[in-house]
Amino acid sequence: MSSSKKHIILKAENLTIGYQQKKTSKVVAENINFEIEKGQLITVLGKNGIGKSTLLRTISKVQKPISGNIFINQKNIEQITEKELSTQLSLVLTERLPESQLTVYELIALGRQPYTNWLDKLSSKDVEKIETAIKQTEIEDLKDNRFYELSDGQLQRVLIARALAQDTEIIILDEPTAHLDLHHTIKIFSLLKKLVETTSKTIILSSHEINLSINFANEIILFTDNTIFTGNLPYLIDNNAFDNLFPKEIVNFNRNLQQFIINKK
Amino acid sequence: MENKSYTKHFILLLILLIILFFINISFGSVSIPFKDIFNSLFNGNVTKESWQTIIVNFRLPKAITAILVGSGLSVCGLLMQTLFRNPLAGPFVLGISSGASLGVAILLLGSSIFGGFLLTTSVSNWSLPIAASLGSFLVLSAVIIAANRVKNTMSILIIGLMFGSFTAAIISVLAYFSEADQIQQYLFWSFGSLGNLSWAELSVFIIIYAIAMLATLTILKPLNSFLLGENYAKSLGINIKKSRNITLLITSVLTGVITAFSGPIAFVGLAVPHIARMLFFSSNHKILLPAVATIGAIVLLICDTIAQLPTSEFTLPINAITSLFGAPIVIWLLVRKKRIFV
Repeated sequence: MSSSKKHIILKAENLTIGYQQKKTSKVVAENINFEIEKGQLITVLGKNGIGKSTLLRTISKVQKPISGNIFINQKNIEQITEKELSTQLSLVLTERLPESQLTVYELIALGRQPYTNWLDKLSSKDVEKIETAIKQTEIEDLKDNRFYELSDGQLQRVLIARALAQDTEIIILDEPTAHLDLHHTIKIFSLLKKLVETTSKTIILSSHEINLSINFANEIILFTDNTIFTGNLPYLIDNNAFDNLFPKEIVNFNRNLQQFIINKK
Repeated sequence: MENKSYTKHFILLLILLIILFFINISFGSVSIPFKDIFNSLFNGNVTKESWQTIIVNFRLPKAITAILVGSGLSVCGLLMQTLFRNPLAGPFVLGISSGASLGVAILLLGSSIFGGFLLTTSVSNWSLPIAASLGSFLVLSAVIIAANRVKNTMSILIIGLMFGSFTAAIISVLAYFSEADQIQQYLFWSFGSLGNLSWAELSVFIIIYAIAMLATLTILKPLNSFLLGENYAKSLGINIKKSRNITLLITSVLTGVITAFSGPIAFVGLAVPHIARMLFFSSNHKILLPAVATIGAIVLLICDTIAQLPTSEFTLPINAITSLFGAPIVIWLLVRKKRIFV
């Protein structure tokens, strides 16, 4: 925090996100401003339907912002071509993959498409990147399987490996732990944390695992009903950001434990 | 890495293809000894002059047509299934073949409605394929415009079927106002036939086929990325719109030219990609494209050999054979495997 030479990799400026139809636009969230430093784990938190996925889709250029600007390494994403963006930002989405017979290795290798020639031939560098991604996510024993044979937890690791193979500075994951049990959820969080620390990638994910998120994340983008807070855990606690996140009679934030506690009644 | 095991598959299939090619040429209403068939193909040294004509001008073009039609339709089916990420897609299901039929119907039947203009220009080597390609392109574009609005793949298939019945209705109306001999001409065309092509027509066919097949190589990369869905494909830097349009263009031209020359042939486009996926246990288009093309050619050569009813004077409509033998095989394969892939 003290160092003045921060490398801001992603920046949102007066961003309004939502869905634009022909004449009307449905605003999901507005006044979004944040700066994200390189090499951090960022979680996007907030209740269902408040705009987490919309934000992730907007910063990954899947959909357009209603107004405002997004910058990746000081460059407005409006000016970044899709081709260029594919070498800077990779995705792990919640949507189900179409049923196919791709092997885990082939699926991860698809992450190299931004770098391969028109016939999609893997160079030795591509193979090396794929192998590294497989090692980092510890899925060596899965690589010859078809992806439909995997459990949800394994598949999530494979999709993360695919994003790693794409060799981008930023990885965005939309609810990567949505279908996972607690044990696998924690494994994914620790994997992402480890990746941030060892590879200096910037990882942004949305999640409903609020207790895990606030413990693992370097920074949190918190959607509440009125404001969007961005900052680390102490900052959010100081600003009472968690106080009104959920109905008080059901879930409370305990400042001492730095955890959300369920009210048993 | 895994390519080694596939090489064996391909060699076996190619040998099978060559054998079937010769078997196909050997059978017909006139029985010709195999030695003479071989001689007529390679050194023109044949016992009877008429045999030479039969083989070079009838059987050889027919066998080549079978290969082109079978591989072409199957590749179209593969492209459609990948593009829509739907194992039920194919040139027939999406109404593209019906579009080609509509083009041909307007050319053959439309003269009574649109007057002599069409009649005078009709049925040269190029007019049938152009009409059929335009027809299939028209229907395919309509399906795509509709598809962009609904997103849901099931709806897209239903829309395709609707376009199919819509074009069929137009064809009925055209037929109602047409002369008997025009209807007969159209009806015979719609039975499907691989055997009526002259070498001149065949060369037109081969040129269009070759261009379309070479063009599929340029979309190999987008096709593989489509296996992850459009959002992932886009995030990999693929230009979705461009790739989709090229895919559709290739499909409509291929389906158009094939339907023009051989009539609407059912089943092959839908089924062969599934057979290839089962045999090769892969979804990678680098493997599937050549596999689908080879198997498609093999399947149609077999169907055509059956259609000739060896030693008989009759030839059954190829369209009937492909469905009659093909549909049960596909049902059997799918019931046994219980899982269908894209």
